[in-house]
Amino acid sequence: MRDALKEIGVFVKHLLSVRDLKKEDVLSYFRKIEKMEEEVRKGRTNLLEDKIIATLFFEPSTRTKLSFQTAAKRLGAQVVNFNADASSLKKGESLMDTIRIIDGYVDAIVIRHEIEGAARFASEIATHPVINAGDGANQHPSQTLIDLYSIKKLRGKISGLNVTLFGDLKHARAMHSLFYGVAMFNRNIALVAPPGLSFDERTVEEVETEFGVKVTVKEKPEIDDCDVLYVCRIQKERFSDPYEAERVKKEFMLTQETLKKAKKDMIILHPLPKIDEIAHEVDSDSRAKYFQQAQLGVPVRMAILADLFGKV
Amino acid sequence: MPLKVEKIENGTVIDHISSGEGLRVMKILGIGLGFSARFALIANVKSKKMGKKDILKIEEKYIDEKDFDKIALVAPSASVNIVKGGRVAKKKNVAMPARIDGVLACPNPKCITNFEQVASAFFVEKKTLRCAYCERSFSAGELI
Ligand SMILES: [Zn+2]
Repeated sequence: MRDALKEIGVFVKHLLSVRDLKKEDVLSYFRKIEKMEEEVRKGRTNLLEDKIIATLFFEPSTRTKLSFQTAAKRLGAQVVNFNADASSLKKGESLMDTIRIIDGYVDAIVIRHEIEGAARFASEIATHPVINAGDGANQHPSQTLIDLYSIKKLRGKISGLNVTLFGDLKHARAMHSLFYGVAMFNRNIALVAPPGLSFDERTVEEVETEFGVKVTVKEKPEIDDCDVLYVCRIQKERFSDPYEAERVKKEFMLTQETLKKAKKDMIILHPLPKIDEIAHEVDSDSRAKYFQQAQLGVPVRMAILADLFGKV
Repeated sequence: MPLKVEKIENGTVIDHISSGEGLRVMKILGIGLGFSARFALIANVKSKKMGKKDILKIEEKYIDEKDFDKIALVAPSASVNIVKGGRVAKKKNVAMPARIDGVLACPNPKCITNFEQVASAFFVEKKTLRCAYCERSFSAGELI
């Protein structure tokens, strides 16, 4: 369907993967997000007042869904929610059919699915824009834009920074996309992860060759020269030995002690929810910016939605 | 006495396949059970250039030009000869394509291509192939 539309010159915009974005695209989003922040300060806008947006979540993710729905409503759009658990998925309807039907109802689809590539597949079926709100372990591009914009806004710039990705990098989807995104802007990236929980060689190689960055891999929590520290969780279930799990979690827990050697103007980000990977005492440290980062979710998603329709 | 495989009058001869890769060339072209044309794979043929090579001959069937490049995936040194009336009508060295559609299956069990009616697609990168859907990368060996 989409190919047919393309042939007659109708171009439908989607947001599916960070791999589809270039540096200029990210910078263009930044400008649009700034405009949206301004709109939020002024109150509710009506940029998308004639639009209906479907949130189609095949696996639960309350925060992401709520954030997209809030963004849509702040733009004056209406939101319909498709609850996959109670609906056709259980009856074995194909995703192709589900997308075809919902595409016939609404103006844009925000989709979350545990199957990898589901959003791209949906974009090939749909005649309206599709946003990937997470497809298995693959991509979550709106989160990456939140993360990149957070660096720019909360650290004051996006380039020329030493960025450290910290925690269980192997199993965190947010980290894979962020690694790619950060490499667009920064030459020095450090990966700090317990043994066996860093990115695989192929991922590192892809980013190194694509962007010519220098990637340093560390197995100890060293953050002395770091400007941006992005922390993600280390899950106990990843270890076969519970004693080992406890030891590693303790070693990698971010405390005031760990932060002693860190730069004064470093910022700490986290995709949230956090459990115990960051000590409570750190929340009150001026470098902890994760709650501000979470708040940026709405303007970022407003910019993404408005951009689909060329309204920003 | 050398093994004799007769010349073909009409069909396709894929020459200069690295020794041992002939079976993989067959696989990527879908030559196997249910393939109706007469064909012969001659393995470990002496070659001045390559030491040893494999040759695949397919009778009365012309391999589609768009399939030439798929061969490059498993046998980058191969050349394809289209034979008509006992003469080589066209000869082409294979080249790595930028994208391969519908031939290879994605090994990722969580990939959408293993759930829905959709043709697989892979982008050819430096050393690997990346699934256009789940975006995971694989070596050619993992896919064929
Ligand atoms: Zn795949």
